[in-house]
Amino acid sequence: MKTLPLAAAVTCLATIAGAETPVLTVMTYDSFASEWGPGPAIEKGFEATCGCDLRFVTAGDGAALLARVQLEGAASEGDVVVGLDTNLTAAATESGLFAPHGQPAVTGLPVAWEDAQFLPFDWGWFAFVHDKAKLPNPPASLEALAASDVKILIQDPRSSTPGLGLVMWVKAAYGDRAPDIWAALADNIVTVTPGWSEAYGMFLEGEADMVLSYTTSPAYHLIAESDDSKAAAPFAEGHYLQVEVAGLLAGSDQPELGKAFLAYLVGDAAQSVIPTTNWMYPANVPAAGLPEGFGTLIQPAKSLLFSSDEAGALREAAVAEWQAALSR
Amino acid sequence: MASRAVALIPALLALIIVALTLGSAAVTAVWGGGGGLGPADWAALRFTLLQAALSAAVSALLAVPLARALVRRRFAGRGLLLRLMAAPFLLPVVVAVLGLLAVFGRSGPVNSLLAVLGLPALSVFGLHGVVLAHVFLNLPLVTRMLVHGWQAIPAERFRLAQALGMGPGPQFRHLELPMLRATLPGAAALVFLLCLTSFAVALTLGGGPKASTVELAIYQALRFDFLPGKAATLAAVQFALCATVTLAAMRLARVEGFGAGLGREVEMPAPGGWRRGVDALMIVLAAGFLLAPLLAVVWRGAPGVVALPPSVGWAAARSLVVAVLSAVLAAVAALVLMQARVAGRRWAELAAMLPLAASGLVMGTGLFLLVQPVAPVERLALPVTMLVNATLALPYLFRLLLPEALRLEADYARLAESLSLRGAARLRLLVLPRLARPLGFGTGLAAALSMGDLGVIALFAGERGVTLPLLVQRLTGAYRMEAAASAALLLVGLSFALFWLFDRWGARHAAA
Repeated sequence: MKTLPLAAAVTCLATIAGAETPVLTVMTYDSFASEWGPGPAIEKGFEATCGCDLRFVTAGDGAALLARVQLEGAASEGDVVVGLDTNLTAAATESGLFAPHGQPAVTGLPVAWEDAQFLPFDWGWFAFVHDKAKLPNPPASLEALAASDVKILIQDPRSSTPGLGLVMWVKAAYGDRAPDIWAALADNIVTVTPGWSEAYGMFLEGEADMVLSYTTSPAYHLIAESDDSKAAAPFAEGHYLQVEVAGLLAGSDQPELGKAFLAYLVGDAAQSVIPTTNWMYPANVPAAGLPEGFGTLIQPAKSLLFSSDEAGALREAAVAEWQAALSR
Repeated sequence: MASRAVALIPALLALIIVALTLGSAAVTAVWGGGGGLGPADWAALRFTLLQAALSAAVSALLAVPLARALVRRRFAGRGLLLRLMAAPFLLPVVVAVLGLLAVFGRSGPVNSLLAVLGLPALSVFGLHGVVLAHVFLNLPLVTRMLVHGWQAIPAERFRLAQALGMGPGPQFRHLELPMLRATLPGAAALVFLLCLTSFAVALTLGGGPKASTVELAIYQALRFDFLPGKAATLAAVQFALCATVTLAAMRLARVEGFGAGLGREVEMPAPGGWRRGVDALMIVLAAGFLLAPLLAVVWRGAPGVVALPPSVGWAAARSLVVAVLSAVLAAVAALVLMQARVAGRRWAELAAMLPLAASGLVMGTGLFLLVQPVAPVERLALPVTMLVNATLALPYLFRLLLPEALRLEADYARLAESLSLRGAARLRLLVLPRLARPLGFGTGLAAALSMGDLGVIALFAGERGVTLPLLVQRLTGAYRMEAAASAALLLVGLSFALFWLFDRWGARHAAA
């Protein structure tokens, strides 16, 4: 029972410290705000111009982030939310907690994008990543993968963003034939992990030939570890996109500051930090171009993406199909 | 008046626990509205029960010969082995899974050996993999509980049995079986309940959605579908299961009446012949099974420890403070409830076991809803984490203390009454010295568990409240798997150091 006075003391101190400058609270997922993510550089850059104190409030991943936004509801201290994706924006819109962002459209996306509430800040293609030496001839399509005996690690669509991305990918490429593809893929799947990092870690330990990740994953190994052994396999059906978006909370007490932050987020300074911290493509290509090493990545000829409404309508049935096919 | 007020403390404590567990679920339910269960949820429930039952049965069956061998054999490094064997239980789940994969995985030594012998490769993915991991995590705990049980049989009984010419068989029936009947149901129930809320192990090693557990369904309901009402319904199902199993274990467990001994260290006869060989084999196999994945964790993490970023130091300090405070809080609560239970109040046991089936996610969500109107949650992240961790560790402590406490009461209550030894004096002079061993072990366990816990802090943490497990998660999320392995090793090392300190304190203060 000693915790209550202690907590009260901590609260008081924090209130005193933050009383003078306006505070902008940015809600985002964990790895965005971590010291290896884009968060620290963006915080420093924005605070240099805004005369404000930028604070991050974090949740585990995009889905946890939206859950937290919904839990806090209108009473939230948050001003801006950074890190939802197209599978979440339908639910986010429905919550009625978001306001129009008022920013010009971004230009670096491989698809057209119109949304008054959600502003893309980065994007990437889902892909299966492999080791070039161990698997010199990877399958060239989802269907070829399903027919092969290549072992893969995937994530659970019920708890992970890439996991849901793959379910959408199969649905976008095969429509009503999706359950057949999943049934054929079943014997390729070593296991289904709760999140991206478990699967990726197990892949690096040699538990499978390929892992579901992003086309940009090999860039991390190349740039941060000078290791060019990893590659993403181009698939003939095209690759499903993940578009990460930011939005302004309607209940924000700093809407102007929030808009200024969104403008900064898609501006040159922040966008040139994104590729080597979030390991995704920037939503607006920076003036200096993409970092060296991104040029070696595969460029899928075709991008697949359901609109926010389509994704919202399809998700539950598509996950149920996945579950039924793999539970047999 | 004062004594009446003191008598109210355990009831108050039980109420707090009920509020933290059932109350937080109720808040979540009311906030989200009710929610029905679908066929997938029932399938998840079936799988959850199956894997938990198998894991508990295998852990309990293996623990009996292992604990017996460890109690009656003396060999160099026995004390070290006993302490090291607790380590798997202290591992963060993700680290444990990677350690197991390093040994039993596709490119691990077991499969390399099989390949050399021309045998087909072994896959750890599937129901057997889930059970393997759960046994790896829980066998040490059950073994330690049984070792305590064996050590609590008065040395005089073994001498008497020998004087009467009892062989190992009759001795087992008359001395050891009654002890097992009192200890094993509770230990098995603990493992069962622990596996009931398994999430990452079941999913990672289960091989696919067939291996979905109720906890995953809760996660899905809370995070992906955002149906807090459904999550609360699922949590209620878990509670019902927990209560049933706890009650069943309470009925099964009977207290043996050995009468008091002189409290000497047990000297259990160590029969020779084939029994010696079996004991040796059991110890070698168990040590290999439990220690090899640990070695893998050290092997992977050790090279990068010196290169860890400075933020790791702060995260480690935060984790240590939270761990020690929550362990002490849990120990005090466990002692209070244990005293109430010994005095015949059975609800105290139920209250103490309740947190075991509490879904950390639902508890965190409920507390989040409660705390949020009062203060920004990230400012209360550490105190709330401490409170929740203390609550979650309570069942282990209680379960470790109870058999000893009941035996103590059976053996010494009349003596203590005749000496009018009551209240604080009784606690200090009689109870604490006799319970120091399980108390030290349990408090160490609580500290280590709190150290490795990720659940609640992940929901509450802001920029500044990062703990070591959260940092490990952030490192893996940023592709830095090697740094994560090193930070995880640091986490395991600190958890183990805390556990070791408390455990040694208990052993040192144990009445000799």
